Amino acid sequence: MTTTARRTPEPGTWLGIPAFPEAAKAELANDQQRGNLRHATTTIRAKRVTRASEVDDWEDLRTAAAQIKDRVARHLDDYLIQAEKAMTEAGITVHWARDAADANAIVADIAKAKGVDEVVKIKSMVTQEIDLNEHLEAEGIAAWETDLAELIVQLGHDLPSHILVPAIHRNRTEVREIFAREMGLYGRPAPENITDEPAELAEAARLHLREKFLRAKMAVSGGNFIVADTGTLVIVESEGNGRMCLTLPETLVSVVGIEKVLPSLQDLEVFLKLLPRSSTGERMNPYTSFWTGVTPGDGPQDLHVILLDNGRTNVLADPEGRAALRCIRCSACLNICPVYERVGGHAYGSPYPGPIGAILGPQLRGLEGENERALPFASTLCGACNDVCPVKIPFTDILVHLRHKAVEHKTAHHPTGEQALMKGAAWVMADGSHLATVQTGSRLAGRIFKNRWLGKMPIPLAGRWLRARDVEAPPTQTFRQWWKKNQGDHR
Amino acid sequence: MSAREDVLQLIRRATADVTERNPDVDVPVEWTYGRALPTADVIADFVEKVEDYKAAVRRCPEVGAAETIIEALSALDARSVVVPDGLPDAWVQALSGAGFELHRDEPVLSHAQLNSIDAVLTTAAVGMADSGTIALDHGDGQGRRALTLLPDRHIVVVREDQVVSDVPEGMARLAPALRARRPVTWLSGGSATSDIELSRVEGVHGPRHLSVVLVAGAQ
Ligand code: SF4
Repeated sequence: MTTTARRTPEPGTWLGIPAFPEAAKAELANDQQRGNLRHATTTIRAKRVTRASEVDDWEDLRTAAAQIKDRVARHLDDYLIQAEKAMTEAGITVHWARDAADANAIVADIAKAKGVDEVVKIKSMVTQEIDLNEHLEAEGIAAWETDLAELIVQLGHDLPSHILVPAIHRNRTEVREIFAREMGLYGRPAPENITDEPAELAEAARLHLREKFLRAKMAVSGGNFIVADTGTLVIVESEGNGRMCLTLPETLVSVVGIEKVLPSLQDLEVFLKLLPRSSTGERMNPYTSFWTGVTPGDGPQDLHVILLDNGRTNVLADPEGRAALRCIRCSACLNICPVYERVGGHAYGSPYPGPIGAILGPQLRGLEGENERALPFASTLCGACNDVCPVKIPFTDILVHLRHKAVEHKTAHHPTGEQALMKGAAWVMADGSHLATVQTGSRLAGRIFKNRWLGKMPIPLAGRWLRARDVEAPPTQTFRQWWKKNQGDHR
Repeated sequence: MSAREDVLQLIRRATADVTERNPDVDVPVEWTYGRALPTADVIADFVEKVEDYKAAVRRCPEVGAAETIIEALSALDARSVVVPDGLPDAWVQALSGAGFELHRDEPVLSHAQLNSIDAVLTTAAVGMADSGTIALDHGDGQGRRALTLLPDRHIVVVREDQVVSDVPEGMARLAPALRARRPVTWLSGGSATSDIELSRVEGVHGPRHLSVVLVAGAQ
């Protein structure tokens, strides 16, 4: 064998995941997942409503949050320069990264300079986005996830399917199997005879990870907020694994998206009220850590922050789509979305699933790929996400805007029968007699299919549409006929 | 060109539609910062919210603080305790008199040592009632961050005059410490996870037990 053994579990891959309509079809067939998801999303949804309704000025908070985020986005260069200066003065080494390759190389270089071959990690969306773990693995550096859900995903050779609870699609029996099988391969094994009780599973994770925390020399994190005027970084979490990573190792590298800046310390009051209540439905998350550079004798003595673009400036460049950068990754829009609840996170083909993934993905990565062009259509436009989002992202407006762009992109690249079809539709709708003619045809189809559900259809456009939808057979009479028969007498 | 220049240039190009240079004028924020909530009884609210996280709260007059701390430690079966610098001498003496095994962080305790000690006793900086949050600014009596992280039980003493109605007032009180570049840690109950089928499990990586001693009166 010429291949060297991997140091961390080989993960699943986003590559090869088909575009949303096809992926959704497969995921829909997974009853177990649908059950797990329904349970999880309905529970968190109810908690969010309770906690939001406890706050009298909830709507004012949302407005303020949206305004602060817009202010930052529209003056991002100023705030970033201010944040860079404050962080540098506080003893943080600030790096800039255009894309994933830049950021990954910076992290790997720091690790090599420190001579470490493993790092502990706090759950962070941004390191998922840049596929940091795999990059480090390729450089011979083991990256260990320390959040319980991320650990389940990592040991399960899996992909995350939710922003906040990445292993939401797994139930306790699956988690037990994963722990029993994998933990021993990478450190302290799960206890013999471990049951599927969540408390026992959490205890096994605690012991497995404590070993890694105590010997860790370097940690990697994301960041929820950076305060521009003081250079303070903020991380909110529940388990304390974040505090372990932020406190125990000598070196800490935080990879942060450029949109995470807030103007000043006082702005935190708005977001620290909105975030926990919107995400986990708690009044406050168990732990929040604030640090401003190096504190002698306390915590990491070598701090790095990587300010990452990776497509965020694409989002910024579209004034209509820009509001997507307000996102604070609370996941409320996932939990409320009827589409997400049924298909789960994997179908969206990236670490950002649900409504936010549907608008962020195509903007971050552009519309060149089929997957990205499909995402703006992964929605019923019901608008539930508009109502829950703590930073008031106008989802439906952005979705419609992106659909328009996706169609434009397609017709510009390869004109299809679509336009011809629309012309046909215009003819049908132009005159009542035209419509009646067409309806005769559909009535016939109805008689043939009777009450059967239609699946794939040989018609090019409808076939595509039906891949992710079940459709009843056309009715055997037209509305006009029905009206004549049922209402005619009353006239 | 450096990545920094590239990114900044992309940002400037992307925001070419923004012509007003003053951010405050460009996007006004309609929010009054630092406001208190009109809570009738802030202390009662604080106790209720902290208990809601399943943390034990014990109230006592100032003269009874040491005894109440001992009670809290005993209730959690703690025998060995880390005592950071800056705790009132009376408490430390009472603990040693009661036979607890005391550890000072001098010389600096290793992570492994901290990991093997049962409990840590600290003071706090601010309590925020509406969310049941306790803030440490790691000043006198609070120790460095690792002290309140590795031992399994945390006894934290909060004075009633440190309790404010809500997060905005709390942020305002913490701003001086943050501006002085002190680390700040917020605790809202003990460590918890809901990652397995959303059933809440207390205590994953941080201290599994948080016990609050709320001392009456001002200092
Ligand atoms: S888009 Fe809004 S609701 Fe969705 S994760 Fe982001 S902040 Fe939360």
